[in-house]
Amino acid sequence: MSHYEAPIRKPLITGDKSYHDVTLDVVRPVEGKANKSWWIVFSISLIAFLWGLGCIIYTVSTGIGTWGLNKTIGWAWDITNFVWWVGIGHAGTLISAVLLLFRQKWRMSINRSAEAMTIFAVVQAGLFPIIHMGRPWLAYWVLPIPNQFGSLWVNFNSPLLWDVFAISTYLSVSLVFWWTGLLPDFAMIRDRAVKPFQKKIYGILSFGWSGRAKDWQRFEEIHLVLAGLATPLVLSVHTIVSFDFATSVIPGWHTTIFPPYFVAGAIFSGFAMVNTLLITMRKVSSLEAYITHQHIELMNIVIMITGSIVGVAYITELFMAWYSGVEYEQFAFLNRATGPYWWAYWSMMTCNVISPQFMWFPKLRRSIMFSFFISIVVNIGMWFERFVIIATSLHRDYMPSAWTMFSPTYVDIGIFVGTIGFFFVLFLLYARTFPVIAQAELKSILKSSGEKYKKIRAEKGDDAPLHDPYKQEAKPDFTNEFNK
Amino acid sequence: MASKVLQAIYTDDDILMEAVKSVRANKYHIEEVYTPFPVHGLDKAMGLKETRLAITAFLYGIVGLVVATAMMNFIMIEDWPQNIGGKPSFSFIENMPSFVPIMFELTVFFAAHLMVITFYMRSKLWPFKKAENPDLRTTDDRFLMEISVNEKNHKELTDLVYNSGATEIKLKDN
Repeated sequence: MSHYEAPIRKPLITGDKSYHDVTLDVVRPVEGKANKSWWIVFSISLIAFLWGLGCIIYTVSTGIGTWGLNKTIGWAWDITNFVWWVGIGHAGTLISAVLLLFRQKWRMSINRSAEAMTIFAVVQAGLFPIIHMGRPWLAYWVLPIPNQFGSLWVNFNSPLLWDVFAISTYLSVSLVFWWTGLLPDFAMIRDRAVKPFQKKIYGILSFGWSGRAKDWQRFEEIHLVLAGLATPLVLSVHTIVSFDFATSVIPGWHTTIFPPYFVAGAIFSGFAMVNTLLITMRKVSSLEAYITHQHIELMNIVIMITGSIVGVAYITELFMAWYSGVEYEQFAFLNRATGPYWWAYWSMMTCNVISPQFMWFPKLRRSIMFSFFISIVVNIGMWFERFVIIATSLHRDYMPSAWTMFSPTYVDIGIFVGTIGFFFVLFLLYARTFPVIAQAELKSILKSSGEKYKKIRAEKGDDAPLHDPYKQEAKPDFTNEFNK
Repeated sequence: MASKVLQAIYTDDDILMEAVKSVRANKYHIEEVYTPFPVHGLDKAMGLKETRLAITAFLYGIVGLVVATAMMNFIMIEDWPQNIGGKPSFSFIENMPSFVPIMFELTVFFAAHLMVITFYMRSKLWPFKKAENPDLRTTDDRFLMEISVNEKNHKELTDLVYNSGATEIKLKDN
């Protein structure tokens, strides 16, 4: 069996790891006890979540008037947060689907957590439109139900309804993709579990996975097809989110560049969030051998490229506003850059266009601390991008007497902080109970991309046997069993 | 007499592959192989047929497309046509561009979910299903091959399996 991989490729699994070592490293956070820092971060997140929950209850029981919205700015933090979270939720499927189609092996140690992040982020995103309905118990009215039931059918011409279908398809398909990949890893934890309760729980979660050759054959086919389906899906989701704006007639929203520009921005912010989470997780859960400097560098390169695409989109928007000759469009963009919200515009420009350019320097993109810092900066910048597009385009409309500013109330802020808390609560619970690395898949590339085996090949040639020495038990004789 | 199987445990995927090839070359019947991760080429070496799940996904996708088209045609064109913003909905084909996003989404929705459900049914995977791997280590780092065996061939087969590098060999009732 040849496991050849060009020696120039850096190892994706460092250290002398055998198959069993991978198992041990992946189950350690699950079987071990949580340390102090986990409890501290978890408590802070839980408090933020509960605070947000309180603000949501207050909003729903009192009304949307508790937010800072006004007659001119009818959409502000709610939809900003919605788009921000959906954008973050793009990296997971991108990593597991697009990188699978491109056969990028480095995806294997990060796809599990990136997909978890995707699902948790989309959950946060979904909260905002539902709260903004004011009467969330009528949320099912977005479903195509007969008009005898409510007032009318839903309107299939509306981008807001397209969003309902896009986000729910994305969430459910990502969930299934994630769970199917989890089955063998849950089975691994199940088969190692000593306590009956754990064995029972992981037995249920693993759906009775047994690892037959036929199951694996189907498993791989399923993943390939799901990746093929999820790739256009992930691109369609943010395209459709951008249609919420692009199909309107508001200057600053009414631009054809929105779909690719939003998708690039989504990948940009999603990868930044993956970097934020994984740089922390590799340290806390001692996974440095699997989430290596090489992984972080590759993600930084994706951040650099998508950040540059976003930068080109910003400049194209400015150019098109001028070139169109439409004075309202020109005003909208001039007002963004030099109006009362100039600070939001220039924060966005600095965080999203300038900061990723540092990644051209190998020294900087290989620095863990610097990558972590930039990943936070990028997500702040991407929040400002949505705020700039949404609130700044609305605050000075066609009628100067209606011009106004937006100031968030503590409820606006509370709900946003609450979703961040909720997101981290989910992610921290995940980090302690789920196999955070797709260990089964990773084992399949251990011989081609593991440092140990790369070394053996370098020393003994490409055809050297790659198995560890093994001890055979004495050869049994079954004559007695057959003569019974 | 109940049929019996020989369970041979290996510690490495490369050794397993060689063993599978030699067992097949000697015309023995491999009942099953349990592995902790997808060993590439194992299905071909065992002589398994290719899976047809991708074809089902294609068919399910067509179903999704048809459902989306029929649903939107019924709701927007036949049952309650409206004049929205001066764009009357009296013809499906004229309105089709604004239906494309949902036609796409439902195609993906049906293809993905129904294919995965088919996979779960075919591979017998669902909550509360009991796992059937005969050795707990096969989800960690061991590879287990089951070969049907009888009174006549058990000696030769044990020799063959032993020489192929099996670390443990057991006899089980099938």
